[in-house]
Amino acid sequence: MAGTGAGYDLSVTTFSPDGRVFQVEYAGKAVENSGTTLAICCKDGVVFAAEKFLLSKMLVPGTAKRIFPVHRRAGMSIAGMVADARQIVSRARSEATQYFNAYCEEMPSELLAERLGLFMHAYTLYWSVRPFGCTALLGCVDQETKKPSLFCIEPNGMVYKYQATAEGKGKQAAKTEIEKVLANNPELTCEQALMLVAKIIHKVHDEKDKDFELEISWICPASNYEHAQVPAKQRKAAEAEAKRILEAEQEDD
Amino acid sequence: MKYKDGVILAADTLASYGSEARYKDVCRLKKVGEYTLLGGGGELSDFQYLSDQLDEMADEDWLNEDGCFMGPKEYSSYIGRVMYNRRSKFNPLYNQFVVVGKKKDEPAHLMYVDHQGTAFEENFVATGFGMHLGIPLLRNSWRADMSLDEAKALATKCLEVCFYRDCRAYCKIHIGVCNGTSVDISAPIPLNHFWGHGAWTEKRLEDDDPTATW
Repeated sequence: MAGTGAGYDLSVTTFSPDGRVFQVEYAGKAVENSGTTLAICCKDGVVFAAEKFLLSKMLVPGTAKRIFPVHRRAGMSIAGMVADARQIVSRARSEATQYFNAYCEEMPSELLAERLGLFMHAYTLYWSVRPFGCTALLGCVDQETKKPSLFCIEPNGMVYKYQATAEGKGKQAAKTEIEKVLANNPELTCEQALMLVAKIIHKVHDEKDKDFELEISWICPASNYEHAQVPAKQRKAAEAEAKRILEAEQEDD
Repeated sequence: MKYKDGVILAADTLASYGSEARYKDVCRLKKVGEYTLLGGGGELSDFQYLSDQLDEMADEDWLNEDGCFMGPKEYSSYIGRVMYNRRSKFNPLYNQFVVVGKKKDEPAHLMYVDHQGTAFEENFVATGFGMHLGIPLLRNSWRADMSLDEAKALATKCLEVCFYRDCRAYCKIHIGVCNGTSVDISAPIPLNHFWGHGAWTEKRLEDDDPTATW
Protein backbone atom coordinates (compact mmCIF):
# COMPACT_ATOMS: atom_id res chain seq x y z
CA MET A 1 0.00 0.00 0.00
CA ALA A 2 2.79 2.43 0.89
CA GLY A 3 4.58 4.00 -2.02
CA THR A 4 1.86 3.51 -4.67
CA GLY A 5 1.50 7.29 -4.74
CA ALA A 6 5.08 7.59 -5.89
CA GLY A 7 5.54 11.18 -4.81
CA TYR A 8 2.18 12.45 -6.11
CA ASP A 9 0.52 11.73 -2.79
CA LEU A 10 2.38 14.14 -0.58
CA SER A 11 -0.08 16.99 -0.77
CA VAL A 12 -3.74 17.45 -1.53
CA THR A 13 -2.88 20.09 -4.10
CA THR A 14 -1.07 17.64 -6.36
CA PHE A 15 -2.69 15.60 -9.14
CA SER A 16 -1.15 12.31 -10.19
CA PRO A 17 -0.47 11.72 -13.90
CA ASP A 18 -3.60 9.59 -14.13
CA GLY A 19 -5.75 12.36 -12.73
CA ARG A 20 -6.16 11.24 -9.14
CA VAL A 21 -5.73 13.24 -5.97
CA PHE A 22 -4.23 10.63 -3.68
CA GLN A 23 -4.66 12.50 -0.42
CA VAL A 24 -8.40 12.58 -0.91
CA GLU A 25 -8.40 8.87 -1.70
CA TYR A 26 -6.38 8.22 1.43
CA ALA A 27 -9.00 10.15 3.40
CA GLY A 28 -11.47 7.66 2.00
CA LYS A 29 -9.36 4.84 3.42
CA ALA A 30 -9.92 6.26 6.90
CA VAL A 31 -13.63 5.85 6.22
CA GLU A 32 -13.25 2.31 4.91
CA ASN A 33 -11.41 1.18 8.00
CA SER A 34 -13.99 2.41 10.47
CA GLY A 35 -17.01 0.65 11.96
CA THR A 36 -20.00 0.11 9.70
CA THR A 37 -22.76 2.67 9.69
CA LEU A 38 -25.95 2.60 7.72
CA ALA A 39 -29.10 4.61 7.19
CA ILE A 40 -32.43 3.71 5.57
CA CYS A 41 -35.29 5.90 4.33
CA CYS A 42 -38.36 4.01 5.43
CA LYS A 43 -41.95 4.78 4.50
CA ASP A 44 -42.48 6.98 7.56
CA GLY A 45 -39.01 8.27 8.38
CA VAL A 46 -35.29 7.59 8.58
CA VAL A 47 -33.40 5.04 10.68
CA PHE A 48 -29.67 5.37 11.43
CA ALA A 49 -27.44 2.66 12.86
CA ALA A 50 -23.76 2.56 13.75
CA GLU A 51 -21.37 -0.15 14.87
CA LYS A 52 -19.49 1.61 17.64
CA PHE A 53 -16.29 -0.22 18.57
CA LEU A 54 -15.64 -0.37 22.29
CA LEU A 55 -11.99 0.39 22.85
CA SER A 56 -12.24 -0.63 26.48
CA LYS A 57 -14.63 -2.47 28.76
CA MET A 58 -14.62 0.60 31.00
CA LEU A 59 -16.21 2.92 28.45
CA VAL A 60 -19.53 4.26 29.71
CA PRO A 61 -22.27 2.88 27.42
CA GLY A 62 -24.11 5.46 25.40
CA THR A 63 -21.16 7.84 25.16
CA ALA A 64 -18.75 8.58 22.28
CA LYS A 65 -21.70 8.76 19.90
CA ARG A 66 -21.45 8.36 16.15
CA ILE A 67 -24.91 9.66 15.33
CA PHE A 68 -25.62 13.34 15.93
CA PRO A 69 -28.71 15.51 15.66
CA VAL A 70 -28.34 18.41 13.24
CA HIS A 71 -31.73 20.01 13.74
CA ARG A 72 -35.08 18.79 14.99
CA ARG A 73 -35.79 16.79 11.87
CA ALA A 74 -32.28 15.92 10.68
CA GLY A 75 -29.57 13.61 11.95
CA MET A 76 -26.15 12.63 10.76
CA SER A 77 -24.36 9.32 11.22
CA ILE A 78 -20.62 9.21 10.73
CA ALA A 79 -18.18 6.72 9.22
CA GLY A 80 -14.51 7.48 9.71
CA MET A 81 -12.77 9.85 12.11
CA VAL A 82 -15.47 11.04 14.48
CA ALA A 83 -13.32 13.91 15.73
CA ASP A 84 -13.20 15.29 12.17
CA ALA A 85 -16.91 14.70 11.92
CA ARG A 86 -17.67 16.99 14.86
CA GLN A 87 -16.60 19.92 12.67
CA ILE A 88 -19.01 18.83 9.98
CA VAL A 89 -21.85 18.36 12.46
CA SER A 90 -21.13 21.78 13.91
CA ARG A 91 -21.17 23.33 10.44
CA ALA A 92 -24.41 21.57 9.54
CA ARG A 93 -26.02 22.85 12.72
CA SER A 94 -25.02 26.44 12.12
CA GLU A 95 -26.09 26.25 8.46
CA ALA A 96 -29.50 25.00 9.53
CA THR A 97 -29.85 27.63 12.29
CA GLN A 98 -28.79 30.51 10.06
CA TYR A 99 -31.17 29.41 7.31
CA PHE A 100 -34.04 29.33 9.79
CA ASN A 101 -33.11 32.76 11.16
CA ALA A 102 -33.10 34.20 7.65
CA TYR A 103 -36.13 32.48 6.10
CA CYS A 104 -38.25 31.37 9.06
CA GLU A 105 -38.58 27.84 7.70
CA GLU A 106 -36.55 24.68 8.15
CA MET A 107 -33.66 24.25 5.74
CA PRO A 108 -34.49 21.92 2.82
CA SER A 109 -32.44 18.74 3.07
CA GLU A 110 -30.95 19.00 -0.43
CA LEU A 111 -29.68 22.46 0.32
CA LEU A 112 -28.11 21.38 3.59
CA ALA A 113 -26.45 18.41 1.90
CA GLU A 114 -25.14 20.66 -0.88
CA ARG A 115 -23.68 23.11 1.62
CA LEU A 116 -21.94 20.30 3.48
CA GLY A 117 -20.58 18.94 0.23
CA LEU A 118 -19.13 22.35 -0.59
CA PHE A 119 -17.72 22.61 2.92
CA MET A 120 -15.97 19.25 2.78
CA HIS A 121 -14.77 19.93 -0.73
CA ALA A 122 -13.18 23.21 0.30
CA TYR A 123 -10.77 21.30 2.53
CA THR A 124 -9.48 19.39 -0.50
CA LEU A 125 -8.33 22.51 -2.30
CA TYR A 126 -5.64 23.98 -0.10
CA TRP A 127 -2.21 22.84 0.93
CA SER A 128 -2.56 24.22 4.44
CA VAL A 129 -5.46 21.97 5.49
CA ARG A 130 -6.23 18.29 5.12
CA PRO A 131 -9.45 16.67 3.90
CA PHE A 132 -11.94 15.35 6.42
CA GLY A 133 -11.40 11.67 7.14
CA CYS A 134 -15.08 10.89 7.42
CA THR A 135 -18.26 10.34 5.43
CA ALA A 136 -21.52 11.78 6.69
CA LEU A 137 -24.89 10.12 6.18
CA LEU A 138 -27.37 12.97 6.49
CA GLY A 139 -30.97 11.89 6.96
CA CYS A 140 -33.84 14.39 7.10
CA VAL A 141 -37.60 14.40 7.26
CA ASP A 142 -39.42 17.35 5.73
CA GLN A 143 -41.45 19.22 8.32
CA GLU A 144 -44.58 19.60 6.21
CA THR A 145 -44.66 16.69 3.79
CA LYS A 146 -43.04 14.25 6.25
CA LYS A 147 -41.05 12.87 3.33
CA PRO A 148 -37.72 11.30 4.36
CA SER A 149 -34.48 11.83 2.44
CA LEU A 150 -30.94 10.55 2.84
CA PHE A 151 -27.68 11.98 1.53
CA CYS A 152 -24.14 10.63 1.64
CA ILE A 153 -21.41 13.27 1.72
CA GLU A 154 -17.92 11.91 1.03
CA PRO A 155 -14.48 13.33 1.92
CA ASN A 156 -14.02 14.54 -1.66
CA GLY A 157 -17.14 16.67 -1.41
CA MET A 158 -19.40 14.49 -3.58
CA VAL A 159 -23.02 14.35 -2.41
CA TYR A 160 -25.23 11.41 -3.34
CA LYS A 161 -28.91 11.00 -2.58
CA TYR A 162 -29.85 7.48 -1.50
CA GLN A 163 -32.86 5.44 -0.57
CA ALA A 164 -30.55 3.57 1.79
CA THR A 165 -26.82 3.13 2.10
CA ALA A 166 -23.96 1.96 4.29
CA GLU A 167 -20.38 3.09 4.88
CA GLY A 168 -17.36 1.73 6.71
CA LYS A 169 -15.81 -1.72 6.99
CA GLY A 170 -18.83 -3.86 6.22
CA LYS A 171 -20.41 -1.53 3.67
CA GLN A 172 -20.50 -3.97 0.75
CA ALA A 173 -22.10 -6.74 2.78
CA ALA A 174 -24.44 -4.24 4.46
CA LYS A 175 -25.54 -2.74 1.14
CA THR A 176 -26.35 -6.19 -0.22
CA GLU A 177 -28.40 -6.98 2.86
CA ILE A 178 -30.23 -3.64 2.68
CA GLU A 179 -31.09 -4.24 -0.98
CA LYS A 180 -32.56 -7.62 -0.06
CA VAL A 181 -34.58 -6.08 2.78
CA LEU A 182 -35.96 -3.28 0.63
CA ALA A 183 -36.77 -5.66 -2.22
CA ASN A 184 -38.84 -7.80 0.15
CA ASN A 185 -40.42 -4.90 2.08
CA PRO A 186 -40.93 -1.86 -0.13
CA GLU A 187 -43.33 -0.38 2.47
CA LEU A 188 -40.94 -0.83 5.39
CA THR A 189 -41.76 1.30 8.44
CA CYS A 190 -39.20 2.51 10.96
CA GLU A 191 -40.50 0.17 13.66
CA GLN A 192 -40.11 -2.81 11.34
CA ALA A 193 -36.67 -1.61 10.25
CA LEU A 194 -35.26 -1.63 13.79
CA MET A 195 -34.80 -5.37 13.99
CA LEU A 196 -33.60 -5.65 10.38
CA VAL A 197 -31.02 -2.93 10.88
CA ALA A 198 -29.75 -4.56 14.09
CA LYS A 199 -29.51 -7.84 12.22
CA ILE A 200 -27.46 -6.29 9.40
CA ILE A 201 -24.99 -4.66 11.75
CA HIS A 202 -24.54 -7.84 13.76
CA LYS A 203 -24.15 -9.86 10.56
CA VAL A 204 -21.47 -7.65 8.99
CA HIS A 205 -19.55 -7.29 12.24
CA ASP A 206 -16.18 -8.96 11.86
CA GLU A 207 -15.49 -11.34 14.76
CA LYS A 208 -11.81 -10.43 14.64
CA ASP A 209 -12.69 -6.84 15.54
CA LYS A 210 -13.32 -5.53 19.01
CA ASP A 211 -16.63 -5.76 20.75
CA PHE A 212 -19.14 -3.19 19.66
CA GLU A 213 -22.15 -1.29 20.91
CA LEU A 214 -25.07 -0.83 18.53
CA GLU A 215 -26.17 2.77 18.26
CA ILE A 216 -29.55 3.34 16.59
CA SER A 217 -31.54 6.49 16.19
CA TRP A 218 -34.50 7.52 14.09
CA ILE A 219 -36.76 10.29 12.85
CA CYS A 220 -40.28 8.86 12.70
CA PRO A 221 -43.81 9.14 14.12
CA ALA A 222 -42.73 7.27 17.28
CA SER A 223 -40.26 10.05 18.04
CA ASN A 224 -42.76 12.72 17.04
CA TYR A 225 -40.82 13.30 13.81
CA GLU A 226 -37.82 14.53 15.78
CA HIS A 227 -34.37 13.00 15.68
CA ALA A 228 -34.09 10.83 18.77
CA GLN A 229 -32.14 7.83 19.97
CA VAL A 230 -34.28 4.72 19.88
CA PRO A 231 -35.45 4.05 23.45
CA ALA A 232 -33.18 1.54 25.22
CA LYS A 233 -35.96 -1.01 25.67
CA GLN A 234 -36.80 -1.11 21.96
CA ARG A 235 -33.15 -1.18 20.98
CA LYS A 236 -32.41 -4.11 23.27
CA ALA A 237 -35.51 -5.96 22.05
CA ALA A 238 -34.47 -5.41 18.42
CA GLU A 239 -30.93 -6.61 19.11
CA ALA A 240 -32.10 -9.68 21.00
CA GLU A 241 -34.50 -10.60 18.19
CA ALA A 242 -31.77 -9.97 15.59
CA LYS A 243 -29.27 -12.20 17.39
CA ARG A 244 -31.88 -14.92 17.74
CA ILE A 245 -32.64 -14.86 14.01
CA LEU A 246 -28.94 -14.84 13.07
CA GLU A 247 -28.25 -17.83 15.28
CA ALA A 248 -31.19 -19.65 13.74
CA GLU A 249 -29.89 -18.85 10.24
CA GLN A 250 -26.43 -20.10 11.16
CA GLU A 251 -27.85 -23.35 12.46
CA ASP A 252 -29.68 -23.82 9.18
CA ASP A 253 -26.39 -23.42 7.31
CA MET B 1 -49.77 32.69 40.17
CA LYS B 2 -48.62 29.43 41.65
CA TYR B 3 -51.23 26.84 42.44
CA LYS B 4 -51.16 23.42 44.07
CA ASP B 5 -49.62 21.48 41.18
CA GLY B 6 -47.75 24.18 39.31
CA VAL B 7 -48.22 27.66 38.04
CA ILE B 8 -50.61 29.50 35.70
CA LEU B 9 -50.22 32.68 33.68
CA ALA B 10 -52.95 34.76 32.06
CA ALA B 11 -52.76 37.67 29.65
CA ASP B 12 -55.20 39.51 27.45
CA THR B 13 -54.96 39.34 23.68
CA LEU B 14 -54.41 42.99 22.87
CA ALA B 15 -51.45 44.64 21.16
CA SER B 16 -51.98 48.41 21.33
CA TYR B 17 -50.48 51.04 19.11
CA GLY B 18 -50.31 53.81 21.67
CA SER B 19 -53.94 54.37 22.60
CA GLU B 20 -55.26 52.47 19.59
CA ALA B 21 -56.39 48.90 20.19
CA ARG B 22 -54.66 47.74 17.04
CA TYR B 23 -54.29 43.94 17.13
CA LYS B 24 -56.92 42.22 19.20
CA ASP B 25 -55.98 38.60 18.73
CA VAL B 26 -52.37 38.41 19.83
CA CYS B 27 -51.06 35.66 22.08
CA ARG B 28 -48.72 37.29 24.59
CA LEU B 29 -47.82 33.98 26.17
CA LYS B 30 -44.98 31.93 24.78
CA LYS B 31 -43.87 28.41 25.49
CA VAL B 32 -40.10 28.32 25.94
CA GLY B 33 -38.29 24.99 25.90
CA GLU B 34 -40.15 22.12 27.55
CA TYR B 35 -41.27 23.48 30.90
CA THR B 36 -41.38 27.26 30.78
CA LEU B 37 -43.94 29.90 29.89
CA LEU B 38 -43.05 33.51 29.14
CA GLY B 39 -45.66 36.24 29.35
CA GLY B 40 -44.72 39.61 27.92
CA GLY B 41 -46.08 43.10 28.31
CA GLY B 42 -44.76 46.32 26.85
CA GLU B 43 -43.07 46.55 23.47
CA LEU B 44 -44.30 43.60 21.43
CA SER B 45 -41.43 43.67 18.93
CA ASP B 46 -38.91 43.28 21.75
CA PHE B 47 -40.98 40.40 23.12
CA GLN B 48 -40.89 38.74 19.69
CA TYR B 49 -37.14 39.32 19.38
CA LEU B 50 -36.44 37.75 22.76
CA SER B 51 -38.83 34.88 21.96
CA ASP B 52 -36.82 34.04 18.84
CA GLN B 53 -33.55 34.17 20.79
CA LEU B 54 -34.98 31.86 23.43
CA ASP B 55 -36.22 29.46 20.74
CA GLU B 56 -32.69 29.27 19.38
CA MET B 57 -31.36 28.59 22.87
CA ALA B 58 -33.96 25.87 23.37
CA ASP B 59 -32.91 24.25 20.08
CA GLU B 60 -29.26 24.26 21.16
CA ASP B 61 -30.30 22.77 24.48
CA TRP B 62 -32.13 20.02 22.56
CA LEU B 63 -29.10 19.34 20.34
CA ASN B 64 -26.99 18.40 23.36
CA GLU B 65 -28.98 15.16 23.70
CA ASP B 66 -27.92 14.97 27.35
CA GLY B 67 -31.31 14.03 28.80
CA CYS B 68 -31.88 17.32 30.61
CA PHE B 69 -33.50 20.49 29.38
CA MET B 70 -33.28 24.02 30.73
CA GLY B 71 -36.18 24.85 33.03
CA PRO B 72 -37.90 28.02 34.23
CA LYS B 73 -35.15 28.80 36.76
CA GLU B 74 -32.51 28.77 34.04
CA TYR B 75 -34.53 30.74 31.51
CA SER B 76 -35.71 33.35 33.99
CA SER B 77 -32.18 33.86 35.26
CA TYR B 78 -30.95 34.26 31.68
CA ILE B 79 -33.70 36.70 30.76
CA GLY B 80 -33.02 38.69 33.93
CA ARG B 81 -29.35 39.03 33.01
CA VAL B 82 -30.11 39.98 29.41
CA MET B 83 -32.55 42.69 30.53
CA TYR B 84 -30.15 44.13 33.07
CA ASN B 85 -27.22 44.22 30.66
CA ARG B 86 -29.32 45.84 27.95
CA ARG B 87 -30.47 48.57 30.30
CA SER B 88 -26.86 49.10 31.41
CA LYS B 89 -25.96 49.76 27.78
CA PHE B 90 -28.86 52.23 27.49
CA ASN B 91 -30.51 49.97 24.94
CA PRO B 92 -33.30 48.28 26.86
CA LEU B 93 -35.83 45.71 25.75
CA TYR B 94 -38.92 47.64 26.80
CA ASN B 95 -40.89 44.84 28.42
CA GLN B 96 -42.23 43.55 31.70
CA PHE B 97 -41.97 39.78 31.67
CA VAL B 98 -43.40 37.08 33.86
CA VAL B 99 -41.42 33.85 33.51
CA VAL B 100 -43.17 30.84 34.98
CA GLY B 101 -42.79 27.12 34.86
CA LYS B 102 -42.43 23.84 36.63
CA LYS B 103 -39.76 21.34 35.66
CA LYS B 104 -40.90 17.82 36.53
CA ASP B 105 -40.69 17.45 40.32
CA GLU B 106 -38.92 20.69 41.12
CA PRO B 107 -40.99 23.33 42.91
CA ALA B 108 -42.99 25.70 40.71
CA HIS B 109 -41.11 28.83 39.69
CA LEU B 110 -42.49 32.30 39.10
CA MET B 111 -40.33 35.31 38.30
CA TYR B 112 -40.95 38.90 37.33
CA VAL B 113 -38.35 40.56 35.06
CA ASP B 114 -38.63 44.01 33.59
CA HIS B 115 -36.92 46.49 31.30
CA GLN B 116 -34.79 47.86 34.08
CA GLY B 117 -33.44 44.44 34.92
CA THR B 118 -35.46 44.16 38.10
CA ALA B 119 -35.98 40.48 38.78
CA PHE B 120 -37.67 38.81 41.70
CA GLU B 121 -39.42 35.58 42.57
CA GLU B 122 -42.85 35.51 44.13
CA ASN B 123 -45.95 33.38 44.54
CA PHE B 124 -48.01 35.71 42.37
CA VAL B 125 -47.03 38.65 40.18
CA ALA B 126 -48.67 41.00 37.71
CA THR B 127 -47.42 43.55 35.22
CA GLY B 128 -48.67 46.92 34.09
CA PHE B 129 -52.10 47.86 35.38
CA GLY B 130 -52.41 44.36 36.77
CA MET B 131 -49.92 45.41 39.40
CA HIS B 132 -52.26 48.10 40.69
CA LEU B 133 -55.63 46.46 40.12
CA GLY B 134 -54.89 42.76 40.31
CA ILE B 135 -52.31 42.36 43.07
CA PRO B 136 -54.67 43.50 45.86
CA LEU B 137 -57.19 40.86 44.75
CA LEU B 138 -54.45 38.25 44.65
CA ARG B 139 -53.19 39.20 48.09
CA ASN B 140 -56.65 38.66 49.50
CA SER B 141 -57.55 35.44 47.77
CA TRP B 142 -54.35 33.55 46.90
CA ARG B 143 -53.53 30.37 48.79
CA ALA B 144 -50.67 27.98 48.14
CA ASP B 145 -52.96 24.97 47.83
CA MET B 146 -55.37 26.40 45.27
CA SER B 147 -56.71 23.98 42.72
CA LEU B 148 -56.29 24.67 39.03
CA ASP B 149 -59.90 25.76 38.63
CA GLU B 150 -59.68 28.13 41.60
CA ALA B 151 -56.48 29.64 40.23
CA LYS B 152 -58.01 30.08 36.78
CA ALA B 153 -61.10 31.72 38.30
CA LEU B 154 -58.96 34.13 40.32
CA ALA B 155 -56.84 35.04 37.30
CA THR B 156 -59.95 35.58 35.20
CA LYS B 157 -61.45 37.80 37.90
CA CYS B 158 -58.30 39.93 38.06
CA LEU B 159 -58.29 40.39 34.30
CA GLU B 160 -61.99 41.24 34.35
CA VAL B 161 -61.31 44.00 36.86
CA CYS B 162 -58.45 45.18 34.67
CA PHE B 163 -60.74 45.27 31.65
CA TYR B 164 -63.38 47.29 33.53
CA ARG B 165 -60.96 49.81 34.97
CA ASP B 166 -58.02 50.01 32.54
CA CYS B 167 -58.83 51.86 29.34
CA ARG B 168 -56.21 49.98 27.38
CA ALA B 169 -57.11 46.41 28.28
CA TYR B 170 -59.20 43.88 26.35
CA CYS B 171 -61.92 41.37 27.08
CA LYS B 172 -60.33 38.23 25.59
CA ILE B 173 -57.61 36.34 27.43
CA HIS B 174 -55.29 33.36 27.19
CA ILE B 175 -54.51 31.20 30.19
CA GLY B 176 -51.31 29.15 30.22
CA VAL B 177 -50.77 26.26 32.64
CA CYS B 178 -47.46 24.65 33.64
CA ASN B 179 -47.92 21.51 35.68
CA GLY B 180 -44.49 19.86 35.54
CA THR B 181 -45.18 17.60 32.58
CA SER B 182 -46.43 19.97 29.92
CA VAL B 183 -47.06 23.60 29.10
CA ASP B 184 -50.52 24.31 27.66
CA ILE B 185 -51.75 27.64 26.40
CA SER B 186 -55.51 27.74 26.13
CA ALA B 187 -57.58 28.97 23.21
CA PRO B 188 -58.75 32.59 23.59
CA ILE B 189 -61.36 32.92 26.36
CA PRO B 190 -63.82 35.81 26.16
CA LEU B 191 -64.38 37.61 29.46
CA ASN B 192 -67.85 38.32 30.81
CA HIS B 193 -68.52 42.01 31.18
CA PHE B 194 -71.69 43.73 32.20
CA TRP B 195 -72.57 47.28 31.34
CA GLY B 196 -76.23 47.43 32.27
CA HIS B 197 -75.73 48.90 35.72
CA GLY B 198 -78.65 50.92 36.97
CA ALA B 199 -76.36 53.74 38.02
CA TRP B 200 -76.01 54.93 34.46
CA THR B 201 -78.96 53.42 32.66
CA GLU B 202 -81.74 54.76 34.84
CA LYS B 203 -82.93 58.27 34.25
CA ARG B 204 -82.29 60.24 37.40
CA LEU B 205 -83.33 63.73 36.42
CA GLU B 206 -86.18 65.49 34.71
CA ASP B 207 -85.72 66.37 31.04
CA ASP B 208 -85.71 70.12 31.53
CA ASP B 209 -83.31 70.30 34.46
CA PRO B 210 -80.13 71.89 33.12
CA THR B 211 -78.02 71.65 36.29
CA ALA B 212 -76.87 68.04 36.32
CA THR B 213 -74.58 66.11 34.04
CA TRP B 214 -76.30 62.73 34.22
